[in-house]
Parts: sequence; C-alpha cells; structure tokens
Amino acid sequence: MGYALNFNLIWRHFDKLWGGLLLSLELAVISIAIGIVIGLVLAVWYVSAGRIVRTIIAAYVEFIRNVPLILLVYLVFYGLPTVVDIAYSAPTSFVVTLSLYSGAYLVEVFRSGLEAVPRGQLDAGKAIGLTPWQRLLNVRLPTMLRITLPALSNTFISLFKDTSIASVISVPELTYGAQWINFNTFRIVEVYLVVTAMYLVTGYILLFALRLVERRFRAAR
Amino acid sequence: MLTQIAYALPFLAQGFALTLWVSLLVVVFSLIAGVIMGVGLVYGPIPLQWAVRIFSDTIRGIPILVLIFFVYYGLPAVGLHLPSFWAAVLALTLFKTAQVVEYLRGAVGSIPRGQSEAAMAIGLTFRQRLAYVIFPQAFRRFLPPWINGVTDAVKGSALVSLLGITDLMQAINQVIGRTYEAMPLYVLGALIYFAVNYALSLASRRLERRFSFIRE
Repeated sequence: MGYALNFNLIWRHFDKLWGGLLLSLELAVISIAIGIVIGLVLAVWYVSAGRIVRTIIAAYVEFIRNVPLILLVYLVFYGLPTVVDIAYSAPTSFVVTLSLYSGAYLVEVFRSGLEAVPRGQLDAGKAIGLTPWQRLLNVRLPTMLRITLPALSNTFISLFKDTSIASVISVPELTYGAQWINFNTFRIVEVYLVVTAMYLVTGYILLFALRLVERRFRAAR
Repeated sequence: MLTQIAYALPFLAQGFALTLWVSLLVVVFSLIAGVIMGVGLVYGPIPLQWAVRIFSDTIRGIPILVLIFFVYYGLPAVGLHLPSFWAAVLALTLFKTAQVVEYLRGAVGSIPRGQSEAAMAIGLTFRQRLAYVIFPQAFRRFLPPWINGVTDAVKGSALVSLLGITDLMQAINQVIGRTYEAMPLYVLGALIYFAVNYALSLASRRLERRFSFIRE
C-alpha cells in the first residue's frame, strides 16, 4: 500500500479543527435554543387551535422534514436575499436555517409530549383552582418537558452533526476545517480520521452528559 | 423568468432522474447489506456482533457529509480509484446500511423469545426459523420505519452535488448560475423533493396503521 500516515501537518493546523468544533457546537446550541422556542410556541398553539392554524403548522413541519437540509441552507442563504431586502452573514443565515429546521422537528416532539401528559394532572390542576395559564405553565409544560427530554437530547446530537452542512456556505466549522486541511496539505486520510474521531468523541460525550440530565429529571411512572 | 425556467426543465428532469437512480441504488444495496449485518448483530458470534455494533455506531455518529468526503477523497489516496458517482453511492450506502441494521435489530428484537423457542422445539433449523417464523412477523415491524427511512436516502442524495455529480440539487444550482433566478428554482426544487418524500412518509404511515393490530 502506497500511503504512509503522517499526522504532523494535522497537528500543525489543529487550531482550524478545534475552532471548527467549537463553532459547530455553538451553531447547534443557538439553533436548538431558538428551535425549542419555535417548537414550544407552535406545539402549544397547535393543540388548542382550529383547523386552519393546524393545517398551516402541519404544512411547515412536513415541508421542512421532507426537503434536504442542504437545499434549505442554499434557499435561505442565496435565495431569500433576492426576494426580501435582508442581508446576513453565512453563520447567521445558517443559524436561521437550522433553527427553522430543528423547530419543525421539535413541534412534533412537543406535540406528542403534550398529548402524553396524563389528563388527571390537568384535572387536578383545575380542581385546586389554577387558571388555564397556570395549568399550562406549572403543570402541563414541566411534565411535558420531562417526557420529551430523551427526544430533545437526540435532536440536539443530530443537530450537532447537521452543522457539517454549514461548510457548503463556507462557515468555518469542523467539516470546513477538515476540507481546508484536505485541500492545503493533502493529508486526506489523516484529516478525516481525526475529524471522524472528533465528531464521535464529542457526540458520545454529549450523549453521556444528556443521559445524566435525563436520569435526574426522569418523569415519574 | 418563466420561459427561462421552462427552458431549463428538461435539464432539471435529468438531474431528478439521477437523484432517483442514486437513491434507488443506495436503497437496494443498503437493504441487502443491512439485513445480512443485522442478522449478524442479532444471531452472530460475539466478535461479529461487536464488529457490526462498532460499524453501526461509528457510521451513525458522524455527519453524512464527512462520510461522503472521507470515501470520495480518501479512497484514491489509498489506491482505490472509483468514479465519483460510485464513491457517492458507496458512502450513502454505508450510511443507510447502518440505519437498516438498526431497523432490523428493532424488528427482530420485538418478536417474543417464545416464537424462536417453539420453532426450535419442533425441530426447525436456524434458516427455517428465520424464514418461516421470525422474518414473516418481523417484516411488519420493519417495513414502516424502513419506508420512512427511504426519505433519508433521497435527502442524503442531495449531498452528492458537492462531488460535482449533476443530481437535482446540482442541476438547480447550475440553472441558477445561468439565470440568476435563485428563489423560484430553489422553491421548485424543494417542492420536487417534498413530493417524493411526502409520498414515502404517507405510505409509511398508512402501512404502520395497517399493521398496528399486532400488539406487544
């Protein structure tokens, strides 16, 4: 085999990968934070709304879920500014896309979570004289969040992996760093081995940490 | 604007055909590889189980894009020269195979142990047990998520545009490069992908409802 592994050039440019990893995490965190807000608002609205609103929310969810993320990224970055008078940097545009994307997945998660809250709890809330608003805030949402926590952490980990798509609009995250080293040093196998390890280790650390959080807040059965 | 897009339609149709072709190849190859590896994961000897587990967890732990670049740029470096089309199909197949392995494990795992033991008791061989007892039952659990997962192959195939393969995504970008009609073309592309994938997820949901009479 005519290929000798040599990691020296990877370590020399490791700052590109490390900085990229931090940016990937940052993009994922900001996007899921906005996505949670979108998901919560739309899910609560959905369960109490009439048919028209439900159809619109379902259309948003189905549209996002059935279109490739890379197309959505192009659409928001290259397409939208041609019809609406907005200008944003590539990272901002990507956060907008990934937020809308995670929002669509989380509407589904939260909606089924809301339906899984036992009726007895809501009746109990009513019985002790809580207003509808208090029942939502103090009974329904906390229980729903506990139920949906595992799905929420899975969504976050898959969003972290989806940040690699940001490289197609030159956002300098981890995959972009890998591409840069690939094209500038030709240490192809080495850089992708290192980047694979970085994605895996980070993913599993996140998984482990989130499982701990889940255990702490697990819904009582 | 409309005449320009109409002029580009045959070209987009070619790209769409390539998207479907890539997806079809990936779905077929991954089904074969995934079912074999899945059976290895559930019934194989411990070292084989470990190998499949590590394969599946590694593939599912990294972004598809990284997998595609790794295969596309990495294989020539170690002396394997695949045309970019087949490198893309190989990478997407690896990704999809890991999914099929998990669907199969879930489906087979949901069949009660007693079924296997009863089959053993009446003297069926391992192959007969799989063919006559386990698979016919597991099939109903396997099919709905698998069909739904085909949408992942179609969506994932859009990434092959980054290797210069003229699929639907790449065709759209090239037409935009000439006409500067970014928004209408991206929306058109989104609607095409949506039509395919939404049909698949509807089929999956319908099957799931049809098979829902089976209880735990």
